[in-house]
Parts: sequence; C-alpha cells; structure tokens
Amino acid sequence: MFPQIMNFLGQADYVNKYVDQFPAADGYRSPEASYWFPEQASSMAKNVDFLYMAIFWVSTVFFLVIVGVMCYFVIKYRRRPGIGPQPSSSHNTTIEILWSVLPSIILVWFFYQGAWDYLDSKFPPDDAEEIVVTGKKWDWTFTYPDGDQASELHLVLDRPTKLIMRSEDVLHSFFVPAFRQKMDVVPGRYTYYYVKPIKDGIFRVFCTEYCGDNHSGMKTWCHVHKNDAVRKAKTEWINADHKAWENGERLFKLNCAGCHNINGVAATGPALNTIWGTDESLIDGSKVKVDENYVSESIKYPNAKVVAGYGPVSKMQTFEGKLSNQDIDFLIAYMKHLKQPGSGDAVGGAAPAAAAPAAAEPKQESAPVTQEPAAEQPAAGAGSGG
Amino acid sequence: MATAEVRHELFGHAEQKNYLNHSKGALSWLLTLDHKRIGIMYLIGVSAALIVAGIFALLLRTHLFYGDSSFLALKWLFGEASQFNSNKVYNQMFTLHGAIMVFSFIIPSVPAALGNMVLPMMLGAKDVAFPRMNLASFYLWVFGTGFLIVALMRGGLDTGWTFYTPYSIETDTGVVYATLGAFILGFSSIFTGINFLVTVNTMRAPGMGWFKMPLFLWALYSTAIIQVLATPVLGITLLLLIAERMLGIGIFDPRYGGDPVLFQHFFWFYSHPAVYIMILPAMGVISELISVHAQKRLFGYSFIAFSSVAIALLGFLVWGHHMFTSGQSVVVTLIFSAITFSVAIPSAVKVFNWLATLYKGSIALNTPMCYALSFIFLFGIGGLTGLFLATLSTDIHLHDTYFVVAHFHFVMVGGTLTAFLGGMFHWWPKFFGRMYNDFLGRVGCFLVFAGFNLTFFPQFVMGARGMPRRYASYDPEFQIFHQWSTIGAFVLGIGIVLSFVVLLHAVWYGRKVAGNPWGAASLEWQSSSPPSFHNFDHKPILHDPYDFDSMVYDKGLDTYVLREFMDPNQVPERVPVTH
Repeated sequence: MFPQIMNFLGQADYVNKYVDQFPAADGYRSPEASYWFPEQASSMAKNVDFLYMAIFWVSTVFFLVIVGVMCYFVIKYRRRPGIGPQPSSSHNTTIEILWSVLPSIILVWFFYQGAWDYLDSKFPPDDAEEIVVTGKKWDWTFTYPDGDQASELHLVLDRPTKLIMRSEDVLHSFFVPAFRQKMDVVPGRYTYYYVKPIKDGIFRVFCTEYCGDNHSGMKTWCHVHKNDAVRKAKTEWINADHKAWENGERLFKLNCAGCHNINGVAATGPALNTIWGTDESLIDGSKVKVDENYVSESIKYPNAKVVAGYGPVSKMQTFEGKLSNQDIDFLIAYMKHLKQPGSGDAVGGAAPAAAAPAAAEPKQESAPVTQEPAAEQPAAGAGSGG
Repeated sequence: MATAEVRHELFGHAEQKNYLNHSKGALSWLLTLDHKRIGIMYLIGVSAALIVAGIFALLLRTHLFYGDSSFLALKWLFGEASQFNSNKVYNQMFTLHGAIMVFSFIIPSVPAALGNMVLPMMLGAKDVAFPRMNLASFYLWVFGTGFLIVALMRGGLDTGWTFYTPYSIETDTGVVYATLGAFILGFSSIFTGINFLVTVNTMRAPGMGWFKMPLFLWALYSTAIIQVLATPVLGITLLLLIAERMLGIGIFDPRYGGDPVLFQHFFWFYSHPAVYIMILPAMGVISELISVHAQKRLFGYSFIAFSSVAIALLGFLVWGHHMFTSGQSVVVTLIFSAITFSVAIPSAVKVFNWLATLYKGSIALNTPMCYALSFIFLFGIGGLTGLFLATLSTDIHLHDTYFVVAHFHFVMVGGTLTAFLGGMFHWWPKFFGRMYNDFLGRVGCFLVFAGFNLTFFPQFVMGARGMPRRYASYDPEFQIFHQWSTIGAFVLGIGIVLSFVVLLHAVWYGRKVAGNPWGAASLEWQSSSPPSFHNFDHKPILHDPYDFDSMVYDKGLDTYVLREFMDPNQVPERVPVTH
C-alpha cells in the first residue's frame, strides 16, 4: 500500500506513457470533454448532456435546500438546558400536498425529455448504413456491408449508422461513451441502436455487461472518418473477396433454394426476394415484421412463426447447428440485397480508394499514417491481461 | 419489597434479572425462542457478514488503486501472479462482496436483527407470533450464508450477485452452491416476513390501532409484505437456474431455445422490490431516531405511513428499469421509466417530513441523531441521483457504469448501513442497559460519513465519464478517481470498526443506564434496561408513541418515565409470571 501512495504523485508519467502509444493527436482525454462527460461525438450526445445537466442542477438546488434547512434547524433548535421543544403543528395537509405535487411536475418533464431523446436512437432512417457488431468473449468483431470484418469499428462522419448486434456466447453490452449510447448484445437475438457520428476522431468502446474473466479487457476503438474515401484509405484491410450478400447467395443456393424461390413465386416455402421489411401474416392471424430476429428465428426454429398458407406445421427442417450465426448474417444480407440491390454494398464498392489524397485531409486525420499497427497497439496494451 | 426497589426493577437498570442472564449456557442461546436473543444472534451474524464482505471490498479497492494492478493474484493462493489470474480473483471477489452484502447483510440487517429485537416490544407483546419459526429463520440464515462461503471454497463464484444467464450457466465456478445459498436465505427472509405480518396483525397491545403504531412498525410491515410476495419469485428463478445448469431444460439458455433476458425479468421482479426490503426498514429507523432525539412529534404521521405502503406497492412495478438496455421493447421501456419516477415522490415526502419534524424541536446531537442527519444527507444524494437513472436517455449512457455503483451504494450503504448503525446506537442502551462513549460514537459516525463520501462521490464522476462497472483494470484517465475512492474506503472501514469497538466496549464497560435514557415514548422504553425475559414485568400503558410531553424525568431512577408513573410511591400493576 505504502509504495503505491508514494507513487501517487507519479501518476502523470503513467498517463503520458499511455498517451504516447495512443494514435489520436488529441491525447487521451480530449480537451473538448466537459467535466462530467467525454466529448460529444454523436448527434444524441448534446441532448443527453443537456438533460443530465438540467437534472444535475435541479437536484443540486433540492439537495442544498434540504441540507441547508437541516443544518439551520439543527443549529437553531439544538438542545439547550432549560429549553424544551416548542409546540408546533404536526400536520398540514396543504403543505404535504404541495411538496408532493410540485416536484412531480419537474419529474414529468424529465420523463418526457428523456423518453423523447431515447426514441431518437431507436428509429434509424431507412438509408442508414448497417454494420453488424459481434460480441464474443473477449473481443469485438465488426462486419461491414461489404462482408469485411475488423476488430475496430470504422464509421463515417455524419452518416446515420445502424449497429446491429449479436453475441456468440454470453451477454455483452456495446458502449461508446462519446456517443452516450449503449445496448446489450444478447445471444439468441439481434439488438440494435442507431447512431450518427458528428465528430471525427478515435473513441473508446467498452463492454459493459459482465462477461467473465477478461471482461475488463473487452474494449476496442471506434474510428470516425471524414468520408468514405478516408475510411477506405485508412482501412486497407477492408478488401473482401466477397461481399456479404454474395456469401449469402452461395449459402442460399446450398441450403434454401430447394424450397424458396427468388422470383416471387411461392414454392414449398414463401418466395424470399421481396419479403424483407414487410409484414407477413401468420397462420394464427397475427402479423410479424420480417427483420433480423424473425429471419434468424425462422431458420433456427421453423415452427415458431409459420406464414399463413404454409401451416399448420412448417415443412421446413431446422438449420440450428447447421448454419452459424455468421451464415445467418450473410443470408440476411442477401435478403436485403434481393429486396433492394445495392443496399448491401454501398460502402466497399462505391468509394474510389484513389480519391483520398492525404494532402486533402486535415492534420488530425493524417497523423496516424499507418492506422493498422498503431491502432492495434493501445487495444492490445489496454487489454494486456488477456 | 419496597416501592423504590420495585420501581427500580421495572423501570431502571435491571442488573439482577433480565433476558441476558435469564438462563445460562450456550444451548440457552442456540435454542432460545426469545426474540431478543434471536435478534442478538442475528446481529452477530449480520455483523460478521458485513465484516467479511467489507474485507472483500477493501481488497477490491486496493486492487483498483492501479489501473493494471495484479494485486489480487496473491501468488500463494491463486498461482501465477499474472494480470489475467488477478482478473479472475477480482471477479470472484466482487461477486461475493455483492452476494454476501445483499443476501446476508443488508436484507436481514434492519428487519431481522433490529426488527426482531424491537418489533414485539413496540407492540407491547411478549414475543413474535411464531417464535420457533423465528429461530428457524435464523438457522436458515446460517445455512444460506454457509453455502455462500462453501461456494467461495469450492471454486469461487464469478457471476456477479445478479447471476445473469447465460454466463452463470457456463461458468465453471460454484454457481449451484451460491444459488442454493441465496435460495435458503430467501426462505429465511420469508419466515421473518410472515412472522412480522402475523405479529403486527394479531399481537398489538389492546387498543393499539394501526395509526397508533410507531412508524418503524409501518416500515417493517410494508417490508414484510414485499418479503412474502416477492421472495418466492427469486426462489423459483434460482431453482430454474440450477435446473438449467444441471439439466439444460432450455428456459434461459439460447442454445436450447431459451431466453437469457427472461432470467433478468424474473430476477429483477424480486430484486427490485428487494431494494425496498433494504431501504424501507432503514427509513423506519430514521423516523424513530429523528423524532426521539428531537423530542418532537413526527410531522405528517399518516403521510409517512402511507408512503411506506406506496413504496412497497409501486416497488413491484418498476423492475424493468434495470433493463433499459437489455433489448426489451421500446414501449415497455417507456412505461417502466414513467412508473419509476412515481416512486421518487413517496421517498421525497419522507425526507420533507423528517425535516419538518426537526422544526422547533430540541435536537440532541448525540450519536444516533448524527447517524440520522447523515442518513438524510446521503439518502438525499442517493435518491436524487436515481433521477438520472430513471430518465431514459441519461440512463442509456449511465447504465452499468460506476454512476450506478455510486448511486446504489449511496442508497444501500449511505442509507441502510447508516440507519442500521444509527439504530444500534439508539437501541443499544435498551438491550444492554449500558451507555457507550458518545464522543467516540460521533467520531465513528463522522469517519463513516466522510469516508463514505470520499469513496463514492468520485465514482459518480468516473461513471458519467464512461468507466464501466465490474472492471478489474481500467484506462488511466480514471485512475485519480479510483485512488480517491480507495483511500475513502479505508477511512470508511476504520469508521465502521471504531463504531463496533465503541458498541462492544459499552456492553461490558459502559455506564449503566435505566429504562428510558432518551425520553422516548414508544412502548419498548417502558421496560427496564435490559428488558426482562418477558419484555415487560408490568402492564405497559398504551399511549401515543410520539407524545414526548407524556414522559417526565424521574430523579430517583435517573430516567424518563410516563407521567402516569411519576408518583414515586406508586407501584405499577405487575404482570403475573406464568413460567
């Protein structure tokens, strides 16, 4: 204990050592960070911070009044010899009602504002780029629309992005403090959140749901690039042989094409080319939206939700254990591609890599020239226990 | 017997004949059916649990003094001193810190230990309704805690006290022992709850209506309702978890079509009401402390009473606020957020009423009052920071960070532990007939208060800046806060140890005190100190528990007695001794 306290004064060295490894020109804690928060890197961050500070000041006023009144009473009415308690009313309905109802009004506003800002992150625009986030003890994998994968997240400035999350093993939670957003990564289902980065730079990614031995090492970086061209230039490792949907097409031909058409004609099973995103009627009369969770469930448990006209028992066999979660992701990408060609390959194909001359970039972006090794280093260093 | 002697025996310091020396020998304690002795055994038990889990906390904080610490990889115990091994030990230690603190300390602390000692006497009763069940509850506590310790010996436990699936299904640590432990502790809690419900319903002194009860009883009654209704759900959930782990029945495990989020719903359906099992009795203690030591009738009795019931009922409807990021539907998330805000109101009402009680009082700044004031300060912060977490958009950012850790420690430790210590200092003279050193008591209170704030205030800042909880290592930007927090934890630890030393010292060496040193008006103070085996040797006279004018100082006895008993020649009616 003692040497640690002695070393207390030396902590600045420790931070500096760390900053040297860190590629961002800003250093570790950004000067743009406020006292309470990291920098505001998403479109929601500003609202979250505003509401937080509003609650903070309202709470502070209430707290100071409570403690102030308490201290005043304790001093004024402290026990003194010869002076007993003085009579005063022990009940006053008006006062009771007032101090119950008045604070409630402020609470209603907190609720309303908080709910409003929360809903922002739940309804992404239709053209949002979709990136699959996979949590696995104790690493993150990000799968981009073109089928490439990386252990760090690369986003494009001002581009609405839907992060679709799934887990390979246990619960994780995907947290980027600078975005003020967090979502649990749940095995057996897809979750998502929507984010629009409004600031370029490099930001921390944490796992915030306890996941075992190296939970605290399960962290990585999120890079926000100025545009596609920069992202392409910085991420040479994004160079897939096949786009995600192409992999999906191959899997479709191997596993699904016997019963499902892609020409709109129903066969043993429904045609799959147009149903993505639509509401399907089920045999029990209810409807279900064809999204990641439904497709995944239908592949694993065909009888869970049978489409009207194909019941009462689905003829489909289960693909649980035959197709991996990754395969299912590819098949989903293929269905999206069938519905709207090009939706799954906007990033990898469209941006010409040559259009990213380093000179055109501000110095912050150009500072880390060799992104890959530099970026790996802090992640490895921070998780050195693993 | 002379009148003075009889009066001394009934109202004074009962050295000759009291429940402590009523019978002798270890078995007379271990097999006792006396609620006071069971309460004291509980007190010893929960204090031991507090110390064990507290030592875990100090080890954790020491480990966290450095961001990449391998402090916990104690080589002789856990093999290679690598950081990875250290992480494993850290994970087990924070799990057992949480599990023992929650299940073995906080939940039984005020109800089972203090409540057992005080509740029947406040009602003017001889004992609880089911004394054998009461003893069984204690032994279930012992076995349950034993299982948690066995889990520690047999491979540890690294799931967090929440046992979230599917990690708790696949980890190779002692999940089954620990869940069995929590299951048994749940039964202990249910037994206490049933006992208190029946006792309050059937054994109130003749003429004691519901609104003539001290507010501590309202709090314990509300708590008992939650214990009886919510705990079975935890029991079932934990059994399902064991079945899932051993048999793979496929209810929580996604590999067999189960849903891990279902476990969270089940778990929090108990564990959120359990939060109120932890804090409601503490609020009841504070109501007593404030009124007695300010010698002032509680302001807004019925509002405080009904706010306890309101909290108990609303507490059942907010479990989903632990799961805002879990993937539950947006609609349900909005509903849970709205209901969560509604729980804030009755809590605030209590605080305002306590403050109004102080108005024009005669406030003694003795140790129990210092704890009560400290409670208002700390619970104020704990409650207000709850607003940040009830608000959806801010909670999404703060969830599972140190902000949450700080928030619930302010409520559970700043609230419940403070009230528990305050309650001990308040009722200690009653149950041991001895007064502690008040100066050292206040020093202990100050150390607990200061150490606590130093420990947990920096955690709010860390959390808002993004420091996730349950991390064995962390980024250097958080280090300075962790270091303050660690220093604070040691101050807090010293404060708690000092408080225990002060109390224990008083048991043998404290100044002898008579029945009612505080001038308190609730029934338990009408007996001698320590109380006799049957609680009251005379018929306690029922009167308003907050009418402090009815208590007058008796010079001969050096204590306060009821106005009805102030005539020194009067001998109260004795209760016929039946056995």
